[in-house]
Amino acid sequence: MDFIIILQAGVATGTVLLFATIGEIFSERAGVLNLGVEGMMLIGAMSAFSTTIATGNPWLGLLVAMFAAGLISQVHAFITITLHADQVVSGLALTFLGTGISLVLGEGLSKAGTVSLLPNLSIPLLSQIPLLGPIFFARQSILVYIGYLMIPLAWYYINRTRPGLHLRAVGEYPSAADALGINVFRMRYFYVFVGGMLAGLAGATISLAVAPGWFSELTTAGQGWIAIGLVIFAQWDPVRAAVGSYAFGALRRLILDIQGPLTLLGFDNPFYYNPYWGFFLQMLPYAFTVIVLVIGSREAIRKRLGAPAALGNPYIRGERGL
Amino acid sequence: MATSNQTTLPPVVTMSGIVKRFPGVLANDHVDFDLMRGEIHALLGENGAGKSTLMNVLAGLYRPDAGVIQVNGKTVNLSSPRDAIKAGIGMVHQHFMLVPSQTVTENVLLGLDEPRFLMRLSEYDDKIAELGKQYGLDVDPRAKVWQLSVGEQQRVELLKMLYRGAQVLIMDEPTAVLAPQEIDDLFETLRSMTAQGKSIIFISHKLNEVAAIADRITVLRRGKVTANGLPAKGVTTQELARQMVGREVVFRVEKKPAKPGEVVLDVRDVYAENDKGLPALRGLSLNVRAGEIVGVAGVAGNGQRELSQVICGLRNATQGEVALTGELVSNRPTLYGIQRGMAYVPEDRTHVGSSPNLSVTDNVIMKKYRKPPISHGGLLDMNEAGRFAKELKEAYDIIVPSVDTPVRLLSGGNLQRVILAREISGEPAFMVAVQPTRGLDVGAIEGVHRLLLVQREAGSGVLLISEELEELFSLSDRLYVIYEGRIMGEIQLGMEEPSDEIVEKIGLMMTGTPLDKIEKEAAA
Amino acid sequence: MTETTTPQTGPQAGSFRIKLEPRLQEPPRWYPVAVSLGAIFIALILGGIVIAFAGGDPFLSYAHIARASFGNLGVISDTLVKATPILMTALACSIAFRMKLWNIGAEGQFIMGAFGASAVVLAPLLSAETPAWIFIPVMMVAGMLAGALWGFIPGYLKAKFNVNEIISTLMLNYISISWMNFWIFGVWSEGGFQMSPRFPRTAWLPRLLDYAETFPILRGLTTHAGLLIGIAAAFVLWLLIYRSRWGYEIRLIGDNPSAARYAGIDISRNTILVMMVSGALAGLGGMSEITGVVHRLQTSPVAAGYGFTGIIVAWLAKLHPGVIVVVSVLFGALILAGREIQPSGVPKMIQGIILVCLIASDFLLRYRIRIIRAGSEE
Repeated sequence: MDFIIILQAGVATGTVLLFATIGEIFSERAGVLNLGVEGMMLIGAMSAFSTTIATGNPWLGLLVAMFAAGLISQVHAFITITLHADQVVSGLALTFLGTGISLVLGEGLSKAGTVSLLPNLSIPLLSQIPLLGPIFFARQSILVYIGYLMIPLAWYYINRTRPGLHLRAVGEYPSAADALGINVFRMRYFYVFVGGMLAGLAGATISLAVAPGWFSELTTAGQGWIAIGLVIFAQWDPVRAAVGSYAFGALRRLILDIQGPLTLLGFDNPFYYNPYWGFFLQMLPYAFTVIVLVIGSREAIRKRLGAPAALGNPYIRGERGL
Repeated sequence: MATSNQTTLPPVVTMSGIVKRFPGVLANDHVDFDLMRGEIHALLGENGAGKSTLMNVLAGLYRPDAGVIQVNGKTVNLSSPRDAIKAGIGMVHQHFMLVPSQTVTENVLLGLDEPRFLMRLSEYDDKIAELGKQYGLDVDPRAKVWQLSVGEQQRVELLKMLYRGAQVLIMDEPTAVLAPQEIDDLFETLRSMTAQGKSIIFISHKLNEVAAIADRITVLRRGKVTANGLPAKGVTTQELARQMVGREVVFRVEKKPAKPGEVVLDVRDVYAENDKGLPALRGLSLNVRAGEIVGVAGVAGNGQRELSQVICGLRNATQGEVALTGELVSNRPTLYGIQRGMAYVPEDRTHVGSSPNLSVTDNVIMKKYRKPPISHGGLLDMNEAGRFAKELKEAYDIIVPSVDTPVRLLSGGNLQRVILAREISGEPAFMVAVQPTRGLDVGAIEGVHRLLLVQREAGSGVLLISEELEELFSLSDRLYVIYEGRIMGEIQLGMEEPSDEIVEKIGLMMTGTPLDKIEKEAAA
Repeated sequence: MTETTTPQTGPQAGSFRIKLEPRLQEPPRWYPVAVSLGAIFIALILGGIVIAFAGGDPFLSYAHIARASFGNLGVISDTLVKATPILMTALACSIAFRMKLWNIGAEGQFIMGAFGASAVVLAPLLSAETPAWIFIPVMMVAGMLAGALWGFIPGYLKAKFNVNEIISTLMLNYISISWMNFWIFGVWSEGGFQMSPRFPRTAWLPRLLDYAETFPILRGLTTHAGLLIGIAAAFVLWLLIYRSRWGYEIRLIGDNPSAARYAGIDISRNTILVMMVSGALAGLGGMSEITGVVHRLQTSPVAAGYGFTGIIVAWLAKLHPGVIVVVSVLFGALILAGREIQPSGVPKMIQGIILVCLIASDFLLRYRIRIIRAGSEE
């Protein structure tokens, strides 16, 4: 078992979580909790895969995935922002909706075979760096590199730009933003859309790069929920989100690979000789998510920081019409 | 429209025939209002008279149902705050519209088109500091808003509007959160701004302040204008009061002399932290005897909330203790105090004092459901509960179609009666009431005051925490003044209106001078 | 501001404006029912559009659902069999939701209930010769305990560390599936198949067909005693929520936790207890399914998504236990018929669309919509 290969694959797997987590950070920073990430990812994975089969163009698949997931996110936006419904219930409904629609429209896709995937590439000089080079910069999908770029860009956008300032204000104190002429409703719709697009991108990253194909609900296997957990662990910060995402990616990868070899660190591999123990390995990402949540929640209590202040609350201004 | 500083220029703002309706309420009924350049025009009225609604219309937050707004003689359509700001109108809301986690500069820049994308904050820090200097608004642009005092935050609000080139500044109850000395600073700033050509609308329900600062005064009562643009000079406060409430204001409530008995509540050297983990109470001691109303005066945010919570067991004291009729209740479950005769009328009626979607019946049994006759074993006798609710509805004049109605549909005054009925019906040994009349109309306020006095007559001790000095003067037998979590001093109040000397002392204590120091200086 | 208004006429204008107003009075009793039915109707239309888009015939699909679930006594019985687990998971969700605890883990608690009940037979805690009157109650208790444990974990984490229960319960769903698989595949596998051995007859819940000798009409009807257990649970839950001290506390916490704290109610303790009761109800559902229908531990019939359907049913029934009984039957029908519909994801999708429409329609209960002519004052 080669740990470099595991970590390398882990970075790719973690990219899925990275996109979904950063997407949810945008949505939550604007004050909208969207629990529909899992459903939006499935929509993204399904539409990316079916579009690529139909057209042979994975880039088009990627775009369609982002657009489709963004579109379905607007159902949640409409229900919570315009109709003031509970964000928790609506997000759950979105997961059901996204899962159901992707199952119906994805019917038969699982037998569709393989498609042309997005290219893998190595970065010339960087891939030569010992240890880090092969893990991060060699033969990775182009989406992984997009992920690297997204971390600082998202951080910079939120903390150092004018739209980012407005985004933070809308999530912290929407009536203050509104009083200064920022359109809270439009901003929230927009960032829910951004969150949806990134969830779609995360789904597409699975079906076009990390684990190509369509395996109905097993395509995402709860990663959308893990992403929501990571947002809390990350304290709504893209950089911390990246750390969590890659760590989880590596863990998922390790669990897949650890059952293969006959020996492990010089001992007989217990997971090889007792394959049923693998079920306990499968629990790990979910158990770790709970542990990470405990850590994140305790830290939030201790430092008295936490979610954007207006997270989860509909914004109702005076008595204006729709 | 004769004014004290009449000019040939047209009014900066003219509002005519403004109508604004909320469900069940006509908040503004054909209101006319105009503002001249360089004047301070006070908008006077009771809580709920429609002042804030009118100004929210001018600030673009509410759309009027009818009426015309002109700015510098031109008719404008203010359908969003952005439109209002463009027209040169800025509003400083009663609850500050500042994002606590952002810096002063970030708050000032919020919502502007410039900078386009990337923000180099340091460039703007200097600009904002300079603007502050011009108008005497001293505040550090790099500080995060949550670190600032209330007065400083108000300055940030003003800076925000001035930075946008506002010509008209609307101040909604700007003094409510300030100490007397801070109020003086604010008035000075406002005068320097009018001297530099700005016009100011000053919303208030405090007669003395309006008389002190305004050039002209418009009075609203129940959504209608009762006095339009009166010159402030030569108007007596009695006259204004009449316009405001429609009859002579009775400042005093009928009450019998107090017959204080045993100490029922003893707060001894209590320390506590606020929600942010910062010290809120720092060695606070006070006591309340049976049969007296003890007031706690102070500017908002000096630990009043935390004090009431520590007493009721909703917040832990880090040091010190609270005893109710000799028994320790602090740092014990809330239920412990309730079972020993503690009643609590919280500041927040809808979020703490009641459960909005539950019925009147469910709300009145909140502290009784554990015991017979309402509870038998683990089960509730809902017939008995309903009977009890109907009893209270009759006894306390709660106006509601049925006791099964959810309380969210009740008016503020009725809801407060539900809460008081519940608390008083438990025959408490002691009651703490926090801002019990905030947001109520005159009739409802009188009702609440009467109920508090009934409690006192019945021999229960009442701790009344309020920011309304008038209310405290008319109800309290004794008065403590709280400042930054400490008691600055204790004043015995007689049956008469307190003298100017006492009021001045209280004002000094509210701004942080302990009573013994005041008296020492007076003696010297 | 209690003054009444006199109507005034203002300047006339042609344009309209839609205005939303919070309701100040309670709507009549029929209104929420009508809104819910309307929402379901719209959901079915939307679902039909997606089915058509995926190449199916929506009219055929819906007609099929109706026929395949209520067409004759046999399928009605099958519908009730499907409704039983949904009824219990919906009850489980309803008590947690009542306290605004978003227990999405009924699925996992259901699985753990099935596992706990199975362990009595398979471990074995009781020998195969044990009479039914001992076997069944012991399995019920075991199932409820296992479910309660699975509810306790997120409840404790929520009360102690403020851990978001949505995510923790969801994660426990995945964990419970792996846990059950471990036992089925690794320990209790029957001859290498992915299922446990069949339970002895004494560990089966009685079914209608057991009485076919006396009443021939019951021949082949598989409705089992789990339905009665579920209905009894619904009644107990109604009593608990609306007529007991504890239920009052739960309703108060659910509506306004600050007021509950103010009334001296211990929220942490109730969080844990309610999650445990919720888990126990879902666990009871798992027990009933395993002893009434499957008669062995096997992954696919147990982890069939009943926990998720329960969420929708609880919500549709506005958390009222009596209404849950009725709605469960409708969803039992949908799931029963759905097995034969193509594409196979249709029932799941329709559930999703129904939930979305219901949540959206809630809006009509909270607000009135008024159309206002610009310039006019009425």
